[in-house]
Amino acid sequence: MTFTAESNTSRLKPLGGIRVEVAGQQTSGCSTSGGAGKSSCGSSAGANDMPPEIWEKVKNHPCYSEEAHHHYARMHVAVAPACNIQCNYCNRKYDCSNESRPGVVSQKLTPDQAVKKVLAVASEIPQMTVLGIAGPGDALANPGKTFETFRQLQEQAPDIKLCLSTNGLALPDYVDEIARYNVDHVTITINMVDAAVGEKIYPWIFYNHKRYHGREAPQILHERQMLGLEMLTARGILTKINSVLIPGINDQHLIEVNRAVKQRGAFLHNIMPLISEAEHGTVFGLTGQRGPSAQELKEVQDACMGGANLMRHCRQCRADAVGLLGEDRSDEFTIAQVEQMEVVYDIEKRRAYQEKVEAERQAQHDAKQAAVVASQAQPGVDMKLLVAVATQGQGRINQHFGHASEFQIYEINASTDNITTAFVGHRRVDLYCQGGYGEDEQLPSIVNAINDCHAVLVSKIGACPRDELKAAGIEPVEQYAHEFIEHGLLCWFNDYRARAARGEIEHRSRGDAQIRQGAYMAA
Amino acid sequence: MAYKIVASSCTGCSACEPECPNQAIIEKNGTFLIKPEKCTECIGHFDEPQCVAACPVDKTVIIDTSYPRYVAA
Repeated sequence: MTFTAESNTSRLKPLGGIRVEVAGQQTSGCSTSGGAGKSSCGSSAGANDMPPEIWEKVKNHPCYSEEAHHHYARMHVAVAPACNIQCNYCNRKYDCSNESRPGVVSQKLTPDQAVKKVLAVASEIPQMTVLGIAGPGDALANPGKTFETFRQLQEQAPDIKLCLSTNGLALPDYVDEIARYNVDHVTITINMVDAAVGEKIYPWIFYNHKRYHGREAPQILHERQMLGLEMLTARGILTKINSVLIPGINDQHLIEVNRAVKQRGAFLHNIMPLISEAEHGTVFGLTGQRGPSAQELKEVQDACMGGANLMRHCRQCRADAVGLLGEDRSDEFTIAQVEQMEVVYDIEKRRAYQEKVEAERQAQHDAKQAAVVASQAQPGVDMKLLVAVATQGQGRINQHFGHASEFQIYEINASTDNITTAFVGHRRVDLYCQGGYGEDEQLPSIVNAINDCHAVLVSKIGACPRDELKAAGIEPVEQYAHEFIEHGLLCWFNDYRARAARGEIEHRSRGDAQIRQGAYMAA
Repeated sequence: MAYKIVASSCTGCSACEPECPNQAIIEKNGTFLIKPEKCTECIGHFDEPQCVAACPVDKTVIIDTSYPRYVAA
């Protein structure tokens, strides 16, 4: 790995979406300069400026900054098994199927075990900057365990950002405590702002020593969610709102949710597809409630642009995930393994490593800017298309087609005088290549997952999948192996546009794609 | 009577444990159990038994008829 930027002292200054100023030269962080609205950090690059203190909070948080998620890692510790509400997409006999791997019981941790694990991971993976408590139940339905973990970590690893995830029911009671432990990122799952919709999602809640059913349950939940969100905003704590898109139940309603949470100061809105396999045994799984297609998901996300910033890089990771988003190294850090490790928490070593990561990230910016400038010099036609990318981090096209367990999806939007690239999502796939041999029966499912893309950019691809992709009308591209993603995207696009202009190929729009069911599973 | 937890259905989530007004619930081998001699069925404390109301899995906290009905002092 090479690091091209020279210093880490660049002054980072957010403007518009997220912009970065380097030594007097203004480059744009996530949004492309003069871009037409969309930006790769998932924010609608509007006039909503981001003050420097907010940028400081999000710049190396992989969940809050799309760009950071290529470079920084997070981990969750499963110290919070209890929950105080019932959702129809969750079956507590297993882990929550939307936010953790279904069917596999996570290793429940005590706060002491969790702290030990965090210190071990942070020493092993120095780009791990964020620790979250996201269940497998509700962080605030287990306040003792959650806050004891935070208390110890604040003392022993003060450079790690702390965050938690909650359904919001208990949130107003704990806002002061959240502030006390410097938790500056809170995620609230909000699926509705209308009890009539909520009734179809939440059969009951447990609140104030009583179980509530019917419309009363979502009504109380809604009021507590809004109150909690307002209280967090008043204290300057950043909030991310997670919403599960349930076709036919809250798909259009999520636009209203987006408006309501934006109004109350939510920083980021993350609209995720429902996961509802019958074998998970959830109510929705058993009633045959389907999840959205890729296009349906993108439509609702696009309709919410201009509201709260949208997150599109969520991997719906499980409550004990470890590593970069889209990667899970939790197998390397089971409690038995952690107990054996001798951990010396070296904050200086972590800082030095993160400075290198920051330099690499800066290099990705610069490469993107250069590519955008080069593209703009060419005469363009109106064209908007999706491209899939195989990457294993550092913002580069650096993964073999057969080794990809997911593809990142970028939208290239070219008009006559402007061109933008925006990260719009990711697609999980089953590994094509296992033990050095291609699994041909996996290929159709991979094609389905990226069927809405015009090309797939990879570091390498075998002959058989290459032909299959071509037959499906998806162009396999190895030419930009190990280049930065945006650079490769725009170089490919320029070539594609030129070939179309010469009449060598015909530009056609592509169909819809399937979202693979099941939370992220490590290969 | 007292309440009891069906161990085979218990997910070990611990939702019931802190709700018990009598500290009658303890963890054993990853699941929870109610000490019948401590259980008052929440009579005198709450309108409904808290372990039953908090438990996310149906029919997991059930009445144990082998104990006599609790009588408030």
